[in-house]
Amino acid sequence: MDSLILRVATRILAALMLMFSVFVLLRGHNDPGGGFIGGLVAATGIALSSLADGPEMVRRVLRIEPRLMAMIGVVAAVGAGLLAVFGGDVFLTGQWGYVLGVKVGSPLLFDIGVYLVVVGAVMAMLLALEEEED
Amino acid sequence: MAGEQIAETGAVKAVRWAAVAVPAALAVWFLSMIPAVESAPIRAAWEWVPTMGVDLAFRVDGLGLLFALLITVIGTFIFLFSASYMKGYPASGRFTFILLAFMLSMLGVVTADNLILIFIFWELTSITSFLLIGTDFKNPEGRRAATQALVVTGGGGLALLAGMILLGEAAGTYSLTEILEAGSIADHGLYGGILVLILIGAFTKSAQFPFHFWLPQAMAAPTPVSAYLHSATMVKAGVFLLARLHPVLSGTPEWEVTLTLFGGITAVMASVLALRQTDLKKMLAYTTVMGLGTITLFLAGSGEAAVMAAVTFILVHALYKSALFMVAGTVDHEAHARDINRLGGLARAMPFTAAAAALAALSMGGLPPFIGFIGKELIYEGALEATFAAPFVIVMALAANAMMLGVGLILALDPFWLNRTRRPHLGHHGHVHEAPPSMWAGPVLLSLVGLGLGLFPAAASKWLIGPVTSAVYGAPVPVSLYLWHGINAPLMLSLLTFALGAVIFWMRNPIRRGVAGMLWAMPASADDVYDAFLRGIHAMGRGFMHAFQHGSLVGYMWTLLAFIAAGLWATLIGTGALANVPMPSELPDLFLYEWAVVALIGAGAIVAVLTESRLLAIVALSGVGSGIALLYVFFGAPDVATTQLMVETLLVVLLALILLRLPGFRVTEKGWRRSEMLDGALSVSLGVAITVILMGVTAGTLDMVIPDFYGERSVIDAHGRNIVNVILVDFRALDTMGEVTVVALAGLAAYALIKLRSDGDHDRVAPAPTVKAPEKNRETV
Repeated sequence: MDSLILRVATRILAALMLMFSVFVLLRGHNDPGGGFIGGLVAATGIALSSLADGPEMVRRVLRIEPRLMAMIGVVAAVGAGLLAVFGGDVFLTGQWGYVLGVKVGSPLLFDIGVYLVVVGAVMAMLLALEEEED
Repeated sequence: MAGEQIAETGAVKAVRWAAVAVPAALAVWFLSMIPAVESAPIRAAWEWVPTMGVDLAFRVDGLGLLFALLITVIGTFIFLFSASYMKGYPASGRFTFILLAFMLSMLGVVTADNLILIFIFWELTSITSFLLIGTDFKNPEGRRAATQALVVTGGGGLALLAGMILLGEAAGTYSLTEILEAGSIADHGLYGGILVLILIGAFTKSAQFPFHFWLPQAMAAPTPVSAYLHSATMVKAGVFLLARLHPVLSGTPEWEVTLTLFGGITAVMASVLALRQTDLKKMLAYTTVMGLGTITLFLAGSGEAAVMAAVTFILVHALYKSALFMVAGTVDHEAHARDINRLGGLARAMPFTAAAAALAALSMGGLPPFIGFIGKELIYEGALEATFAAPFVIVMALAANAMMLGVGLILALDPFWLNRTRRPHLGHHGHVHEAPPSMWAGPVLLSLVGLGLGLFPAAASKWLIGPVTSAVYGAPVPVSLYLWHGINAPLMLSLLTFALGAVIFWMRNPIRRGVAGMLWAMPASADDVYDAFLRGIHAMGRGFMHAFQHGSLVGYMWTLLAFIAAGLWATLIGTGALANVPMPSELPDLFLYEWAVVALIGAGAIVAVLTESRLLAIVALSGVGSGIALLYVFFGAPDVATTQLMVETLLVVLLALILLRLPGFRVTEKGWRRSEMLDGALSVSLGVAITVILMGVTAGTLDMVIPDFYGERSVIDAHGRNIVNVILVDFRALDTMGEVTVVALAGLAAYALIKLRSDGDHDRVAPAPTVKAPEKNRETV
C-alpha cells in the first residue's frame, strides 16, 4: 500500500504505539494494562508500519525473527515460574524483591514473556502473509 | 545375512564388546541372591505415584530369580555372540544399546512388585522388541514383521493393563506381594473379566494360538535378537505372568479349560508347522511356539506335578533354544545359508558348533541324561495327574514331544552330519570355517549347563526348581528331581516318544510335503486374518477422515457451530431452564449514546450478512466488535475493552491480507439459496440461544464470592491492584502459561502453512484431501 500520508503518519504513530505498549505492559499490575494488551498494542503498531513501509522494513527494524521472539516469550514465562521453584516455592509462586529501590517481582518477567509471545506470534503470521507471492 | 556391510569405527566395536560386561555383572549379582531367596523373597521399594498406588517396588523370589538368571546368563552369551555376529551391520552401536534397554526392561518385568509397574516394563519390552525386529528397516519384510509384532503384543498389552487395573481394584491393592499373600480371587465378581483380559495379554505376548503368527515373522530380526527375545526371554513374559499370577487366578474350571485348550492346540499346531519349515530359524521359531504352548498347558493345572513340569520346562527350553538359535545364526554367518535343503556336512568344518547343536538338540528331544529328559518325565507325570481332560493332555504332550524329538534330530543331523555332497556349494566357494570362539562359546556352554543340570538334578531342584515351584504354587513344595524314576508310566511314555520321534525323523520329507499340502488347502492363515484386520482399520480411518477432515472450511464451521447450538438448546429445554428465563416486557432504559452503540452493532451485523464484497464484510464485522468493545468501556472493563479493540484491529489487517488473495463472492443468481437459508437458520438459532442464556444469567443475582476473594487478596498476596492482570499473571498464571504456549504454537503453525504454500515446494505439502467440498455458491469467510 503506497501512500505518502500513511507513511509519514506511521513514523510518528508506530513509535508512539510501541512506547505506549511498554507503558501499558509496565503499569498493568496496578492499572488497566498488562503483557497481553501491551503485546497487542505493539503488534498493531508494527502491523501499521508493515502496511506503510512493507515487511522488509519491519524485519530490518525488528532485527529478531518473530518466531524466535515468541519462543523466547514462552521461555521467559516458564522461567518466571521456575524462579519460584529455585526459591523453594511451588511453581509460578510470585517472587518479590527490590531492585535499585523499585519493587519488582517474577510476575513482571512472566508478563514480559506474554508480551513477547503475542508480538512474535502475530508478527510471524502477518509478515509471512505480507511476503507471500501471488 | 540381511543388511549391507559397512566399514565400522573402533568405537562401535568397543561398544559391542563392552556391552557384554553389563549382563555378566548383573548375572553375578543375581547369582549371589540365590541363597537368600531360598528362604524369603528380597524386596525393595521407592514411592513413585503413591496416590494411584503405583510404586517402584521390586521383588525377587524364586520365580523372578529364575527368569532374572535366564535373562542375564543367556544375555551374557548373546551379547558375546552379537559382538561378532553384528560386525559390519549398519548402526550396530544403536542395536547394542536397544538390546541392553530390552534386557533391563525384561528384568523389570520379572522383578516388579507392582501391577502397573509390571505393565510398564511389559510395554517397554514390546517397544524394544519392535525396534529390534526392525533393525533392518530398509527391508519391507522386516518393517512388516516389526509392526505386526507391535500391533499384536501392544494390543494384548492394552488388554493386560485393563486386566491389571481390574485385578488391583478387586484385590484392593496394586502390590503384587500383598495380592499373592491374599491368595485366590476366584470368588470375586470381576474374576471372569480379569481372567479374560490378562489371558489376552499373556497369550499375545507368548504367541499362543490364535496369536501365534507374529513370532515366526519376527525371525526377520538379526539372530541375536531371535535367540534372546524371541526364544529365551521376551516371549516367556506371557507364561511368566501366568506363573506369577497362578496362585491368584488358577484353580477354577475357567482357568483350567482355557489354558489346557489353548496351550494344547498351540503346542501341537506349532510342532506340525515346525516340521513343514526348511528355514532353520523359522523351524526354531515354531518349536518355540510349541514350547510356550506346552508351558501354558501345564500351568493350567493346579497340582504340584503340573506346576513343577511347567517350571522345569521353562528352564530346559530357555537353555536349549537359545543355544540352537545361536547355532543357526553361526551356520548362517559362516555358510551363508540357513535352508535345511541347502545345508549339509558341516560337522568337519565347524566341530564346536556341530557339538553344541547335538548337545542342545538332544536336550530338546528329551534324551537322558540331559535336563530335557527330566523335563519330559515331569511333563508326563503332570499329564497323568491332570485333573481336567487328562487323556487330551497326555495325547497333546506325547504328540508335541515326539515331533520335538523329530525336529531336534533334523536340526542336529541334517546340516552337520548328513548330505555331505552339499558342502562344496556353501560359504565362499566351499570354504566354510568355524566361527570365532565368541560365537560358539555360548551355545556350547549353555548346552553343557543343560547336561550338567541333568547329571546333578539335586542341585537344580534345591537352588532353582524348588523355590520357583513354591513361588508359582503359592505354598512350599518339596521338589526333588531324578534322572531315574524306576519303571513307571512316564518312562513308558518316554520310550513311546523316542520311537515316534525316530519315525518322524525318518519320514521327514514326506511329512514336510504332506503338511505343505494341507496348509495349501487351508482357506486362510492367521496372518491373512491379521492383514484383513489391518485393512479394516485403514478403511475405518479413511471413512472417518472423509467424514470429518473433508477440507471444506464451511463444513468445519457448520459442524462446530451446529454442535454448540444443539448442545445449548438441548440443555435449555432438557433442564427446563428455558421456562425460567424472564422475557423483557418493555425497552430497557438506556442513554442515547448507548442506543447509538447498539445501532452500530446491529448495522454492522446486517451489512456483513448482505454485502457482496469480502472487504466490506470484514470491516462491518469489526464494527460489531468495536461496538462491543465500547460496551465494555461503559461497564467499567477497560482491560477487556482494549484487548477487544486491538484484536479487532489486527484481525482486520490479517483478514484483509488474506482476502485480497481470494476471489470475490460468487453470486450467480438472485434470491436466497437453500444453503444460505440453512446458514441463516444456524446463525439465528445459535444467536438466540446465547441471548436467552445471557438474559437468564443477568436476571439472577450474581454470586460475588469469587470477585470478592480476588478483591481482598489481590494486593496482599500478589502486590497488585489490577485484579484482571493479577489473575492473569499470578493467581491463574498456569492457565496463562498454557494459553501463551498455544498462541506461540498457533503462530508457528500458521507461519508453516503460509510458507509451505508460498514456497511452491509441492513435495513438502501434504496431499490435498481427495473428497470434494460440498458445492456452495456463496462462501462465507
